Amino acid sequence: MNIVVLVKQVPDTWSERKLSDSDHTLDRASADAVLDEINERAVEEALLAKEAHGGEVTALCMGPERATEAIRKALSMGADKAVHLSDEALHGTDAVGTAKALAKVVGTLESVDMIIAGNESTDGRSGAVPAMLAELLGWPQLTYARSLSLDGSTVTIERETDAGVTSVRAELPAVVSVTEKINEPRYPSFKGIMAAKKKPVSTLTLADAGIDAGEVGLSGALTQMVSSAPAPPKEAGQQVTDEGDGGTRIVEFLSGKNLV
Amino acid sequence: MNAGFRPDFDPRDPLGIDDELTTEQLAVRESVRALCRDRVGPYVGDWFERGELPAARELARELGKLGVLGMHLDGYGCAGMSAVDYGVACEELEACDSGLRSLVSVQGSLAMFAIWRWGSEEQKQYWLPSMAAGETIGCFGLTEPDHGSDPASMRTSARRDGTDWVLNGRKMWITNGTIADVAVVWATTEEGIRGFVVPTGTPGFSAPEIHHKLSLRASVTSELVLDEVRLPQDAVLPEVVGLRGPLSCLNEARYGIVWGANGAAHSCLRAALDYSTTREQFGKPLAGHQLTQSKLADMAVRVHNGRLLALHLGRRKDEGKLLPQQVSFGKLDNVRGALEVARTARTVLGANGISLEYPVMRHMTNLESVLTYEGTSEMHALTIGAAMTGVQAFRD
Ligand SMILES: Cc1cc2nc3c(=O)[nH]c(=O)nc-3n(C[C@H](O)[C@H](O)[C@H](O)COP(=O)(O)OP(=O)(O)OC[C@H]3O[C@@H](n4cnc5c(N)ncnc54)[C@H](O)[C@@H]3O)c2cc1C
Repeated sequence: MNIVVLVKQVPDTWSERKLSDSDHTLDRASADAVLDEINERAVEEALLAKEAHGGEVTALCMGPERATEAIRKALSMGADKAVHLSDEALHGTDAVGTAKALAKVVGTLESVDMIIAGNESTDGRSGAVPAMLAELLGWPQLTYARSLSLDGSTVTIERETDAGVTSVRAELPAVVSVTEKINEPRYPSFKGIMAAKKKPVSTLTLADAGIDAGEVGLSGALTQMVSSAPAPPKEAGQQVTDEGDGGTRIVEFLSGKNLV
Repeated sequence: MNAGFRPDFDPRDPLGIDDELTTEQLAVRESVRALCRDRVGPYVGDWFERGELPAARELARELGKLGVLGMHLDGYGCAGMSAVDYGVACEELEACDSGLRSLVSVQGSLAMFAIWRWGSEEQKQYWLPSMAAGETIGCFGLTEPDHGSDPASMRTSARRDGTDWVLNGRKMWITNGTIADVAVVWATTEEGIRGFVVPTGTPGFSAPEIHHKLSLRASVTSELVLDEVRLPQDAVLPEVVGLRGPLSCLNEARYGIVWGANGAAHSCLRAALDYSTTREQFGKPLAGHQLTQSKLADMAVRVHNGRLLALHLGRRKDEGKLLPQQVSFGKLDNVRGALEVARTARTVLGANGISLEYPVMRHMTNLESVLTYEGTSEMHALTIGAAMTGVQAFRD
């Protein structure tokens, strides 16, 4: 079972995140960068699968040079090796471009049985990359998994959305995206941390991966961020004084918002 | 790195000491911090209030999985990390609670180290892997009710009976005692002081818990009672006779305290800094008053000088150059300094400073134990004094 996990370095959700003034892309220098929390769960799920079925886990990361920190975290959790697609020309790549680039890199890897990703990243939150990647590869996509099980040549997930839970099965190879309910990721152990130093990380440029520079980067983006503004501050809440009818008034309020 | 690039001032690391740590050391810190944040931080105030460590076994296993237990030892399932790595871990553990760091110090630096350094190959094979994994909890019995700073005059004894050893006596203030599976007990014999590896299920051994503590409440402290405890010949640590045995172990644990105490101090400083920027009096944040700023500056100087000292000693230890007198220097200064910081931080928080809702008072009372155990501050001052003058003042 050879599994590729997509990992992304994102600004720590605990720190303030900013968009750069010039091109409205994320100002990655302004916040502490960490391995996306949801990716830790994706890595964990890949490691569990490897521990149960054997094989190899490869962390695949597209991102600037300092994304090596996220890669190292994945390796110290237990991934066997990593591929880092890093090129100046990738700056500003949108979700479609990202999926195209990742698909190319996956094409350079040998016999991949499954790709696991987080269902969305905590920074961009477009949540579209896993599905687009599956489409580009021509593989089945199983998204929003809250559990995953493998059985020889198939993968089955419980897919959880606001509408309910469905059980979905597909032939391998497939792309799976996981939600934060899927597991509790392990902490990198000291042995893992020391072992990570010696694990292979291959760094690829666009040319190495055979990616057309015109399809990625700000210029290749199909969508453009033209302006950005911080979310307005939350309005003050509405206070209800209970004069014996508190219950009724709360129900009125909630049904007014279609919440009950 | 572009020449002349200067990072911004970081209130958490004003001297930029983190730059001196390796990527792996930062990762070690991150892992320990995450474990503390998830598994201990939310509960430790409550444990402290109740005077219990209810999840000790589970916690030991978690720590074992990470590789914290005996992390600076080699082989036998230990992580084989450096002294600085170990220090960084102690700093994080004690930033959470001194009781947690005590559990780890006693397990790794006292009980495991004693077996690792002075044990037979069989003892090492038998005990260390499960102790490293946190499956087996150890304690270390040196102090007695009537003999603390002066362990050489201990009364607990071991006599030979045929090929067996028979132990009698009492130990006092023993961390992890009640929850331990194995106790390293130091006793006088005809040859001098020797160490014994005592499975706590051995008949005649009991470890009642000590209550009414006002410090290190989220840590188990016990009395060890040894009443005709019969052990086979191979229970003795073969490689050492004399006080050198237990002192070598204490030296390891004290080194961890140099970092740990400073971690507790740092936690107090962070709490005070946070509080001072959000709490307002006289129409402005506490941080806007000059006296508060002076306290914050003094605390920052204390904490980060302490980190420099710890790092310096750690590097010497990794180079094999660290002297016991230097460990005394570090323990004396960093624990005393941490207490000063905790007390100052407490004043910044006003009434909230005495509440368990904040970590400060918990750290402060914990540090009173840290000041006393592993050699009291007086003993370390006397050690430095003796080394400087050539005159021993603590013994006639
Ligand atoms: C919470 C806690 C956990 C502990 N865990 C352990 C453990 O796991 N294992 C273990 O073996 N021990 C443990 N100890 C015991 C600790 O190491 C001793 O308390 C310490 O060594 C001091 O001994 P004492 O309390 O008997 O004080 P004493 O030795 O009686 O000292 C009392 C005071 O007199 C001073 N004093 C003593 N002699 C001199 C001198 N010559 N000159 C000047 N001043 C002197 C001391 O510095 C101190 O201020 C623990 C203690 C505590 C509080």
